Amino acid sequence: MTTLSYREAVTAALAAELERDEAVVVMGEDVVLGGVWVTTPGLAERFPGRVIDTPISELAFTGAAFGAAVRGLRPVVEIMFADFLWLVTDTLVNQASKYWYLSNGQAPVPLTIRTAAGAGGRFGACHSQTPTGALLGEPGLKLICPATPGDAYALTRAAVQDDNPVVVFEHKFLYGRRGEVDEQAPVERIGRAAYRRRGDDVTIVSALAAVEKAIAAAEILAEDGIAADVIDLRSLRPFDAEAIAESTGRTGRLVVVEDGPPLGGYAAEVVAVAAEAGPVRSARVSMPDLPLPASMALEDSVLTNVEEIVRAADGLVEAQAVMR
Amino acid sequence: MLGVGGVDGRNAQGRLEKLRATDDSGRRDLEGLYRRMVLIRLFEDAVQRLFVQGEIQGTTHLYQGQEAVAVGVCAALREGDAVAATYRGHGACLAMGTDPTALMAELLGRETGVCGGRAGTMNVVDLEHGVIGCFGIVGGSIAAATGSGLASRVRQDGTVAVAFFGDGAVNQAYFHECLNFASVMALPVVYVCENNLYGEWTRMESVTAGGTIVGRAAAYALPGLVVDGNDVVGVLDSASAAVARARGGEGPTLVEARTYRHKGHSRLDTGERYRPAEEVEAWLGQDPLPRTEALLPAGTAERIRQEAEAGVARVVEEALSAQWPDPDRERSAVPTKEAA
Repeated sequence: MTTLSYREAVTAALAAELERDEAVVVMGEDVVLGGVWVTTPGLAERFPGRVIDTPISELAFTGAAFGAAVRGLRPVVEIMFADFLWLVTDTLVNQASKYWYLSNGQAPVPLTIRTAAGAGGRFGACHSQTPTGALLGEPGLKLICPATPGDAYALTRAAVQDDNPVVVFEHKFLYGRRGEVDEQAPVERIGRAAYRRRGDDVTIVSALAAVEKAIAAAEILAEDGIAADVIDLRSLRPFDAEAIAESTGRTGRLVVVEDGPPLGGYAAEVVAVAAEAGPVRSARVSMPDLPLPASMALEDSVLTNVEEIVRAADGLVEAQAVMR
Repeated sequence: MLGVGGVDGRNAQGRLEKLRATDDSGRRDLEGLYRRMVLIRLFEDAVQRLFVQGEIQGTTHLYQGQEAVAVGVCAALREGDAVAATYRGHGACLAMGTDPTALMAELLGRETGVCGGRAGTMNVVDLEHGVIGCFGIVGGSIAAATGSGLASRVRQDGTVAVAFFGDGAVNQAYFHECLNFASVMALPVVYVCENNLYGEWTRMESVTAGGTIVGRAAAYALPGLVVDGNDVVGVLDSASAAVARARGGEGPTLVEARTYRHKGHSRLDTGERYRPAEEVEAWLGQDPLPRTEALLPAGTAERIRQEAEAGVARVVEEALSAQWPDPDRERSAVPTKEAA
């Protein structure tokens, strides 16, 4: 185990993959100098010709990465802000994610797209989104959301080794977090959630930076004698339905936290999966149905917070007490 | 390299002899070129009949009239090279060597289709024959071929990629972004615009600033070639020059092949509503098949055509009798590649 920051963990994972497989290339804007999020420093020197600066042409370089993936490379593309994913939706949705299926398995598309998501930085509406919801319904695509430095390493390696298009949502406010990273662990298959805390009274499910808020809420609930399971989804697609059903089967209560709009997000999917598995009372903690405002006064007010999560969990516990 | 106009038979023969001297693929004999063009023509005629009969459903985008472009360009390639084509892509597939029966079965939605019936006419993939894919969205082929060029560069495998696209695609972001990217990276790609003068129902000049396609090459510091797209030898000649340049590490080329589709844009469209009859007639007079026939020894074209007619009849019969894919199996299919 080593202690690394989340961004250092991403760099270490990319270096490990560049080392392991000569077909891996890293592409994006300013990646040779380390990128604006400082996630690729030093890689260009260590791996000459395989760390490629691109023009500011997201559609071209992501589309080219798709073509290169079909023709034998294992490209890792950096999309500077997750908001720019909208520029590459044709390549991502009409080409890469459908190719394995439509070609009847003629060639896989080992393409990783890393991107910085998340609000709270006063960047405004088009540099703060976490556009996971729109991609949840795309067959053939995998979506992962590392919430810790350990996962930034483990899931990035899993994404690069996966034979399918994978979008890695990195949260810009987690880059500085430090934590333990196991560089020797075997590379996992994408799709498993993780319990970040155990308890039998209520299940709290979240992803990315919302995991920290869920853990903080669980600590407050514990003071009131309410024990919470905290599940970090880690992968939004595929979805670890078993972990959710296992937990809600014990607790009967579910709070899902999502820093995104209420309609069409992963929170709705988690609630649906839990409901299909058995009787459960559910609540969602999401943002209002608005674009993200820039002013600090406004932005902080729309993000989910620990207090809302505690209130939602309390509400479920009390409601059930009344019903009894 | 030459403007649209009549073909000079003697020059065409001379070019062909020059090309044959460097032929390492066996693809460049005039008979072979003609055979592939006739196959495409008759295949597409059959597709149109099957569509009208309701056997092929959904849509079709037919390639009659443009055969010399795909056949000429693909003849300039060698084993390991790749093409990315458009939704008007049957010609490119057949020119690359896709099995016509498997292609027809794909259009008919059958199990034995080149993609098992999953792709249909607009999304055919045949990597075994170097077809990265036909792309249903205008411009998609441009990025896919650019990526193949990038893979070639990184892997140093010496392969060249061709993007086929129509005149409509030159106003898509894919065109501008990828030509710029490929140029600054000097990628081994040949961009072949099949300018058939109409994007769907709209005349190219009326929606394309400057009214020129090859003129856009200058903006991205690329060589631009204009070729008579109905002269298969001329197309092969220009494509060979562009392929050699790409393979030599000198970067991409934009080739504008001026041609004309004999049919409408898609389905039941005849083109009559937007194309003047005189224009259609003039272009039918430049049909690439008779123009190539004129270069062949007497009787050769007739023999090849008869063989192709019999061949396509067998293709249709076999494809129509092929079994349907199993819908029950599909319900449990997985859209991703997973380790066993």
